[in-house]
Amino acid sequence: MDRRRFLQALGGVACSAAAHPLMTTVTLAGSDGGQPLGDHRLVVVILRGAMDGLDVVRPIGDAAFASYRPTLAAGPAPDLNGYFALHPTLEGLMPLWHAGQLGFVHATSTPYRDARSHFDGQDILEAGTGLDVPDSAVRDGWLNRMLQAMPGLRAETAYAIGSEALPLLAGSATVRNWTPEQKLELSAQSQLLLEHIYHDDALFRDSAAEAFALTAAGGLAQMSDGMSPVSANRNLADTDRLVDFATARLREDTRIAAFSLAGWDSHRNQSGSISLPLRRLDRVVQRMATGLGPDVWGKTLLLAVTEFGRTVRENGSKGTDHGTGGAMLLAGGALKGGRVLGQWPGIADADLYEGRDLLPTTDVRSWAAWAMRGMYGMDRNLLEGAVFPGLIMGDDPGLLL
Amino acid sequence: MRDDITTAAFRFGFGLPLPAKAPTTPRDMLAALSGLDRMAQAHPGPTMPPLLALMRESDSALKTSRRAEGAEAETARTTYRGLVAQIATIALSATKSTFARALDAPDGFRERLCLFWADHFTTSTSGRREAALPSVMMDEAIRPHVTGRFGDMLRAAILHPAMLIYLDQVISFGPTSRFGKRKGKGLNENLARELLELHTLGAGAAYTQADVRELAELLTGLIVAKDGFRFDPRRAEPGAETVLGIQYGGDSLEAITTALNDLATRPETAAHIALKLATHFVSDAPPPNLVDSIAAAFSGSGGDLMATYAALLNHPAAWEAAPAKARQPHEFTLAALRALGLTGAEVQAMGEGPFRRLILNPLAAMGQPWQRPVGPDGWPEDQAAWITPQGMAGRITWAMEAPGRLVIPLPRPEVVMEAALGPRAGERLRWAVPRAENIREGLGLVLASPEFNRR
Repeated sequence: MDRRRFLQALGGVACSAAAHPLMTTVTLAGSDGGQPLGDHRLVVVILRGAMDGLDVVRPIGDAAFASYRPTLAAGPAPDLNGYFALHPTLEGLMPLWHAGQLGFVHATSTPYRDARSHFDGQDILEAGTGLDVPDSAVRDGWLNRMLQAMPGLRAETAYAIGSEALPLLAGSATVRNWTPEQKLELSAQSQLLLEHIYHDDALFRDSAAEAFALTAAGGLAQMSDGMSPVSANRNLADTDRLVDFATARLREDTRIAAFSLAGWDSHRNQSGSISLPLRRLDRVVQRMATGLGPDVWGKTLLLAVTEFGRTVRENGSKGTDHGTGGAMLLAGGALKGGRVLGQWPGIADADLYEGRDLLPTTDVRSWAAWAMRGMYGMDRNLLEGAVFPGLIMGDDPGLLL
Repeated sequence: MRDDITTAAFRFGFGLPLPAKAPTTPRDMLAALSGLDRMAQAHPGPTMPPLLALMRESDSALKTSRRAEGAEAETARTTYRGLVAQIATIALSATKSTFARALDAPDGFRERLCLFWADHFTTSTSGRREAALPSVMMDEAIRPHVTGRFGDMLRAAILHPAMLIYLDQVISFGPTSRFGKRKGKGLNENLARELLELHTLGAGAAYTQADVRELAELLTGLIVAKDGFRFDPRRAEPGAETVLGIQYGGDSLEAITTALNDLATRPETAAHIALKLATHFVSDAPPPNLVDSIAAAFSGSGGDLMATYAALLNHPAAWEAAPAKARQPHEFTLAALRALGLTGAEVQAMGEGPFRRLILNPLAAMGQPWQRPVGPDGWPEDQAAWITPQGMAGRITWAMEAPGRLVIPLPRPEVVMEAALGPRAGERLRWAVPRAENIREGLGLVLASPEFNRR
């Protein structure tokens, strides 16, 4: 698929989407009838750069694993279930694992195969289509299509957070986009005049309107005024702001939030380079669990997905190259966790995909589809037809409590 | 009505007002491009060998500081800090030169092309020791070839230390090479994959994982030595490799350059480059006949870039398309600095603090941290990737705040509007600008307007 045409298609939709309401007031969940999503919260995190699922959830029960990865598999790792062990950097998540609020799916992937391009891989992950759907039909992201299928939603129901484009949530259903650290201070007159000059250019008008609205709502100043104590580690401070912003919104009317965490492309010295993205992921889960509090966290499911996995064998630079089957992380009080889900294909030579990658045995989309069905009661035909065209969901894996 | 002079300024340069002696017809633009590259001399950039020496010295100081103890370690740390500070100074000065060239150039097209190709061959600054590499690569591998053959640029870019380091080629060993066996090291596929996907054939082209693997084996042996790249046969995977059905043998630099040449002239490469050029300069969805003409010129000339640009500039679609693209943040900033009358010399004279505060940091707020794209695919082209709520907040803030700190006294907003937008200033903008509360905000409206941010 051509990335540029894909983005162009997104741009087209953004232009034709109805103008956002300029100002919205945040109301408490359940205070009016415009809450077709009920109380459940879905958070989707895109792990950009291809997270090495085999490093995060290690099949140490298979002796071959250590021989494939002489440096990466070395050292102790917290035991998950006697066969799989967790990357030691994520050790802080073990209490959640024992509480059944953390789980993984292993050997999963999108339908994307063989070319192993980050950019196409991410496009397909976020479009949520199979490879049988023609390019021109890919116009929006699967999370946006889910919203399109639920009439009566309000703009603040869903947030795309962070400074990177998030095709996952792009489409004709209105969603909010914001970067927590961005600020915009304008005189009232300047704002009126800017609104006047943007009036006839839909892209400028809508983007600027959203910027004005969020600044006026004061949601951002709030962020830096104490809700987010500056982290001791600057690398984690950005993550904290992102999570705190999402958490604050999710505690109110927002039901869907999505953002991305980059830095997973560990071609060299992986034991060092994967540590920062893992610490960020750990931070996201722990801080969100704490920040949401037991009630809201209890109704939350977080899915962290990546474009593909990485090679089973360590490469020549103590890293891994682009592969196929990978892992996804699930967390939240709504989850029936403490399990490594999926069908484990094994890692004997003969079990590998093209002799090099973990064989994908499930479709990433089916897990997301079952999550949506479990949380929002969405119709199976809608999920297999509109949200994830062409998907066969298979049997209910019983993801949720 | 077609207004080719305005189109030339916006689409192929840094906007209005046009610099003195600016070429505005395809013929004059091509003639200027074939002439001397005066800007490279007016605002020189750094070169690789002294920078490599600094990088080596800083590596060695860092190593000592970690190995040694007490006073020796402290001395080494001080030395290390001094060396990376020198590298940072070189990087900053190179960035200023890039800005200064764009501000002073009579033919903005050459500068736009250099930025386009630098993005096509993206390298990024990750660590402090590598801070100056993207700029050096632009000067050594891109600029000298921007009016030459694509194959020459490809070879210079792929073999440049900046690229070899950025895409991990320097740590790739032939698994059965002498060094690979002795050190137990092996292949890294990163550069080989991006070379096929991003630099030549394009993502949709018919190549396989086996081609990536074979190309990665073929590329083994490339290292960064004292003065630049070098081929070290002790790391090269022995034997022949087959890429896209062609066998390359000999474990030599020649085999690598032959493969690069073959890739440079493939029809898929022509189509890929043509689509990228048309998309960058003309439209996010360029007309297919424009792309086909450019691809045909590229193929017909064996990748001659002047012939390729001629096909772009001589095609009616290049002049007829509406200005519907968004200026990327660095183009927006450069166009604004030009509209405010800043010269290259003035930018060169700016202190580090103001240059970062007023130019580099705002670029990041607009979504384009200088020389730090997220991945090797460079910056997006699509307008929707730039005109986002966050991006607009960054642009509006800069438009309202920065000019007043760059130019004293500020020019009249109406004058800047006429000079920088001319016939493009729409009725709404003409109505709004005189109604601003003060000069600063009036100027902000001009620079934040859709007319100024589109091309």
